[in-house]
Amino acid sequence: MYAQMVETGVAKVRDAHEMSPDEQAFQARVDADIKIEPKDEMPDAYRRTLIRQIQQHAHSEIVGMLPEGNWITRAPTLKRKAILMAKVQDEAGHGLYLYSAAETLGVSRDQLIADLHAGKVKYSSIFNYPTLSWADIGAIGWLVDGAAIMNQIPLCRCSYGPYARAMIRICKEESFHQRQGFDIMLTLCRGTPAQKAMAQDALNRWWWPSLMMFGPPDAESVHSAQSARWKIKLLSNDELRQRFVDQTVPQADYLGIAMPDPQLKWNETSGHYDIGPIDWDEFHNVLKGNGPCNRDRMRTRVKAWEDGAWVRDAAVAYAEKQARKAA
Amino acid sequence: MNEPSPLFDYVLRFADSDLVLAQRLGEWVGHGPALEEDIALTNVGLDLLGQARLWFAYAGEVEAQSHGRGRSEDELAFLRDGSAFRNLLLSEQPNGNYADTMARQFYFDQWHMLVLGSLSSSRDPRIAEIAAKARKEVAYHIERSADWVIRLGDGTEESHQKMQAALDYLWTYTGEMFAPDNVELALIETGVAADVRALREPWLANIGRVLDVATLALPTVAWMQGSNGRGGKQGVHSEHLGHMLAEMQFLQRAYPGSQW
Repeated sequence: MYAQMVETGVAKVRDAHEMSPDEQAFQARVDADIKIEPKDEMPDAYRRTLIRQIQQHAHSEIVGMLPEGNWITRAPTLKRKAILMAKVQDEAGHGLYLYSAAETLGVSRDQLIADLHAGKVKYSSIFNYPTLSWADIGAIGWLVDGAAIMNQIPLCRCSYGPYARAMIRICKEESFHQRQGFDIMLTLCRGTPAQKAMAQDALNRWWWPSLMMFGPPDAESVHSAQSARWKIKLLSNDELRQRFVDQTVPQADYLGIAMPDPQLKWNETSGHYDIGPIDWDEFHNVLKGNGPCNRDRMRTRVKAWEDGAWVRDAAVAYAEKQARKAA
Repeated sequence: MNEPSPLFDYVLRFADSDLVLAQRLGEWVGHGPALEEDIALTNVGLDLLGQARLWFAYAGEVEAQSHGRGRSEDELAFLRDGSAFRNLLLSEQPNGNYADTMARQFYFDQWHMLVLGSLSSSRDPRIAEIAAKARKEVAYHIERSADWVIRLGDGTEESHQKMQAALDYLWTYTGEMFAPDNVELALIETGVAADVRALREPWLANIGRVLDVATLALPTVAWMQGSNGRGGKQGVHSEHLGHMLAEMQFLQRAYPGSQW
């Protein structure tokens, strides 16, 4: 998943006695794992939080097409080119499912896109990093899609029906994406010294930003408790991050490349890997718009949207003419 | 090294046109006017790339027969220079605006459908097989590009003007599609190649029908680039191809002999 620091608009998690009877009934349904569907009653804060979360995710899919699309024209073989095109196309599809899921909550896709372009909503910090070599395409599939899957699998069980169902579909495709990324890395690591160096360089640059994808540490994650109560967030940031680290470190060993973390070590007592400190200052700066690519990404998206305005207008005008003829 | 065989050259024309157009469509990814268009353009690009790979595979087989060893699809795609590319000039023209992209696709799809139809009964069974498979995909492309020509032509004043300008601009690249050179003529004789001379009239009629509905005019420019036997099919390209290849071939050129 690509939603980070989603605001709930709720200062603290409310106990049952602080809730109205409607809210209590809603919470009881969530607690009983009954899916909430678009026409069901739901608290405004739940609706608004979901819209924010789903749209952050949708925007991330769309902005995320750019760093990978950056290498479609330079893919090294025809087979890799075909796979990459299909992968980026899947991401456009994920964006569509997610915008549709958000629309069931009473917002329009155009409005959500306008909010993105106005800088009112975020997309995942990870897509503000550049893809500088072909190995970055491998690293994105392996690490970024790997982190996304880690986050999204629990969301297949989330309380909101349309979101949960979109996630099930998305997760199936993401696991292919991760495998293709790892396959690129493996091929590079078994290739020439120059190729292996390319893979190592990509890991060096993508490892820490991938860990940041899970969001701030639990202690600072002010909205997580309410989202957990609503079952739109099922595991904490730190839990998910730890799972990702534990899964990924042995994969790097298998590839024969080194994690860029001198403090990384296996902890016998906890049964997990310990990692060095994450640079949260960098994370917050990227969220604020100071990442290496924030401005480029936004400019590119806005330009695509503005350049396409006359095409969309023409399609609408044509459809209206046809409707008038039919009437 | 022996001269490449006419059959090799002929098969490469299809491989290269498909690859070069797929590469152009790949440039659109992430920049389309709507998400649905991003997905659809990529679909068409992926189909063409898949078709290019089938043609390259056959070109490699043909080369192996005449030269002992045939090049792989990646050697053919990434290690030939522009003058060895045999794609149509139309396919390498830049994306421009959405009307330019759709006009290019419209002319190409309309030609592609007819030529593949003809090749489906080629005396060369491998050509016939590839053409029959490709034609099923192009049946979808042709519908989509004609649909957009109509929507943009009969949409707003602005879209009408842009669509007409795009059709006019690209018209000069359509002539070589129907002008066979000696390579083609010899293969037409033996029933291997499509006789494109016979396809120009149906192509014009089909295009005319779509343009009528779209309230657009058939372009009137008479001069056709490359139809004098010095065009894309003979390796004489526009300036655009060199830039495309520099980008597309970069990794294979910078790291020779690597596996990817």
